[in-house]
Amino acid sequence: MSRPDASAAHPPHRHGDKPVTSLLSILRKPWLWAFIAAGAAFVATAAVTQAGGWGLGMTALTFAAFSVLVGIGQMFVITLGPGNVDLSIPATMTLAGTLALKAMAGDPAMIPVGLAIALASGLAVGVVNYGLIRLLSIPPIIATLSASFLIQSAAIWSNRGLRVKPPQALADFATGRALGVPNVAVVALLVAVLAWVVLERALAGRRVLAIGQNMRAARLAGVPVDAVRFATYVSCAVLAGLAGFLLASFSGGAALNMGAEYLLMSIAVVVIGGSSIAGGNSNVPGIWGASLFMFLIVSMLNSYGAGAGVRMILTGVIIIAIVAAAGGRKVSR
Amino acid sequence: MNRDQLRILLPVVSLAVLLGAVFWLQPRAMSYLGLNLLFNLAVPIALATIAQMLIIMVNDLDLSIGTFVSFVACVTATLVQTDPVLGYLVLAAGIAGYAAMGALIHLRNLPAIVVTLGMSFVWGGLAVLILPSPGGASPEWLRSLMTVKPPLVPMAIVASVVIAVAAHLLVRRSAFGVVLRGVGGNAASVERAGWSVLKAKAAAYALAGFFGTLSGMALVGLTTAADANIALRYTLLSIAGVILGGGEFTGGRVSPVGAVIGALTLALAGSFLSFMRLSPDWQIGAQGAILILVLAVRLLVSRGRGRRVAA
Repeated sequence: MSRPDASAAHPPHRHGDKPVTSLLSILRKPWLWAFIAAGAAFVATAAVTQAGGWGLGMTALTFAAFSVLVGIGQMFVITLGPGNVDLSIPATMTLAGTLALKAMAGDPAMIPVGLAIALASGLAVGVVNYGLIRLLSIPPIIATLSASFLIQSAAIWSNRGLRVKPPQALADFATGRALGVPNVAVVALLVAVLAWVVLERALAGRRVLAIGQNMRAARLAGVPVDAVRFATYVSCAVLAGLAGFLLASFSGGAALNMGAEYLLMSIAVVVIGGSSIAGGNSNVPGIWGASLFMFLIVSMLNSYGAGAGVRMILTGVIIIAIVAAAGGRKVSR
Repeated sequence: MNRDQLRILLPVVSLAVLLGAVFWLQPRAMSYLGLNLLFNLAVPIALATIAQMLIIMVNDLDLSIGTFVSFVACVTATLVQTDPVLGYLVLAAGIAGYAAMGALIHLRNLPAIVVTLGMSFVWGGLAVLILPSPGGASPEWLRSLMTVKPPLVPMAIVASVVIAVAAHLLVRRSAFGVVLRGVGGNAASVERAGWSVLKAKAAAYALAGFFGTLSGMALVGLTTAADANIALRYTLLSIAGVILGGGEFTGGRVSPVGAVIGALTLALAGSFLSFMRLSPDWQIGAQGAILILVLAVRLLVSRGRGRRVAA
């Protein structure tokens, strides 16, 4: 089964018009629209904002970085095919942030331990999630949902009482900039590059795509389906752990609801970024474009004086409009 | 025993076991007043669970039902109270919004989780606009309806039975219900048999909107006030209720009676945990654990049956 692609609908171009073809092929990239939309929102906001374009751009990079981290994990999970989605991301972020900050207790020497704990809690969540999916044959949505109840309780239980501040050095890193670019954006960019290499150039990514296009065919072709799905769910949870660690350090402590908005965000950036929600066809650049767009659209509505209610309504309407305009892939079963 | 009877057996047993445990821990709960307290908030949860079941029946998932119920609660506590005509028009528009959402999802072949997640923002925003800070009041008739004390059996139980029977007749016994379940089972064959899948999906969503509206109104009748976040957890509770009640994610295989029992089980689980003197921190977690436990038992049961059939 060939990879379903927008270009499949068009007849192949003849040789000889190579430059034109490459230009056209960029125009046909599904992730282009996310960047165009983000650019439009940026221009519209920068026109009225006091901070100026540079400040706005850097803020957007900072906040987009957190969405990128969870979005990439969610993208790999969604790529696995219909029904695959991780709803435990918000709870995982909260748990990782809480446990890590508690372990560090403000001591800069403990930062590596804190990071290790955040990643390990993500790892544990991923193992539990896939264990439920595989051993109990629970649909991924229900498995990750029930797991997230347990994770959330664990986070509430460990978080009770004080709000622990992150070590100063870590807080400085999370809010700081290197050569003018926010550090968290650099981290997210590195993760995105790694994810792109895995998805587009590595065997593992090809296998994820193959499973998403047809799990049975992939199994018959010798793809170790279970191992690949296991690794995908675990990576998603580990990335959520990393995002929770950075977000808690960035915002001066872990809050119980700190992951809440990232449930919608992680799914929205995948879809707006041009990946197929039906799986089997994903791209990494779109995650960045969509994450920037999701932040900029809110700041645009803010700068035009929209209240909280109007802002929420328009955010919802815009997401639905984009998804409706992109249209769903016809699933032939 | 046929498959449908088996499907309903597990939820009934789970509810009975949980109820037995509650009575054992707290014998005083075994009274009119005790049952009323235990199941007090079960009615809105049961209605929201039926709404979710109708969406799951056509192979979709509604992640906006919690915010929709909150929105309805805000409208009921404000507009319906002060300006009934406008209030009911807004509620009707909400149901129409659900129908439009179903039509859009079908026409453009969109993923329901993304569209409903987007709609959850819309309902949440509207709720904040209508009722920026917690407050409002329940319409008088609604308050007296929800707190009526029928003889022998508490209102919550009577209402749950009525909801279960009504939904059962609608989904399992009417020709309309057969078409709706057919859309979940095999949309293409329903289309080929001459029914409009578009109309069926819009109808399923409109019905879900209707039950969601009833849920929000019942909630206001019980709590007498509303806020924009009053029912956010209903999204997860309703999905859990449908699954606990023996529903499946695909194929239109759902059980309305089971869904109501699933909702009652979840409502009871909260009371059970507080009787166990379990820290409130673990309440949500325990609901997750109960869900996993029931699914594990269901797997064992179906495996056991499969083996017997094979042998």
